[in-house]
Amino acid sequence: MASVSHNLMKFFRSTSNQPAAAPPQKLTRRSSGVGEISRVINSQEGLRILDVGSTSANNIRFFTDQGHKNYSEDLLRASLDPALRVQDAAGNSIVDTKKFLDENLVYANGLFDIVLCWNLPDYMEESLVKPTIDRLWSVMKPGGLLLAFFHTRDAGPDSTCYRYLVTGTDMLEMQEVRFAPPGRPASEKQSPRLQRVFNNRHIENLFRDFASIKFFLARDNIREVLVVR
Amino acid sequence: MDAQQVTELATIGKSVVVKGELSGSEDLYIDGHVEGSIDLHNSSLTVGPNGDVKANISAKAIVIQGKVDGSLTASDRLDLRKSAIVTGDLTTQRISIEEGAFLKGKIDLQKEAGKGAASK
Repeated sequence: MASVSHNLMKFFRSTSNQPAAAPPQKLTRRSSGVGEISRVINSQEGLRILDVGSTSANNIRFFTDQGHKNYSEDLLRASLDPALRVQDAAGNSIVDTKKFLDENLVYANGLFDIVLCWNLPDYMEESLVKPTIDRLWSVMKPGGLLLAFFHTRDAGPDSTCYRYLVTGTDMLEMQEVRFAPPGRPASEKQSPRLQRVFNNRHIENLFRDFASIKFFLARDNIREVLVVR
Repeated sequence: MDAQQVTELATIGKSVVVKGELSGSEDLYIDGHVEGSIDLHNSSLTVGPNGDVKANISAKAIVIQGKVDGSLTASDRLDLRKSAIVTGDLTTQRISIEEGAFLKGKIDLQKEAGKGAASK
């Protein structure tokens, strides 16, 4: 099990230069993608919204107060479950994609009107990204919207991993995500490490089964991507 | 929590395993392993940091610090503390989720009485 924990540490940033008890950082940013989604949720009722980012009471209240149904699955943390790790023929530790999809995103096809991916694809194990997007395609309604954030090449590996709290029509509050890696005590919270940077072609390929894709460039080394199922 | 409250609180300790139906009309603290169903109607339930519950839970107020696998229905409020790991659907009027809590499920926040019909 120690080797499993060791393998999982590549998903976290080193904490050697960080103060142990630093309070979570709070920032705000304007989001064109959230603005587009707000137009939909303000004009329709009873939408089903799936948030696959960090669990947030703020987002739950924001959407349910407007009469929509909210579903929450923290897929990044779920993907780091040591029970998902298996060894391939060469003895390398890999994640069992089938088991991950057997245990997560288990919904009826065509259930969701909106999916909030936030920055999940940039921080998740690479072998899980495409299968997860494909599963999301299945559980979304035709015409449904999916919002994802991708770092640009200028973002370094120590780019902070944020949770995004919707605070207004097109406003987000950003809080640094920190949690204890599996098998570590709760006092050893760390921030997930950026795993890769997708270029535009990769992103288009990732969402090739979707009907359309729209990019919004932001100043903070983030591309917002809004895709229509 | 003062000493008097501690003595009045029914507790399932961390070495206790219970399988079956739990119901009652007093507050309950679970720090052990419970499988089945829990119905406390007008009382509060706290699942402690060592608690491991596989049950559908219904209570007036529910506080989760440990692990729960099952649907949670709180007629008043639901608190997920930072160490909470919850897999199941939530139904309540008021919800509080600390940073670090893990939740997988549907959330149905119902409007408080006098403020309109329940959200659907």
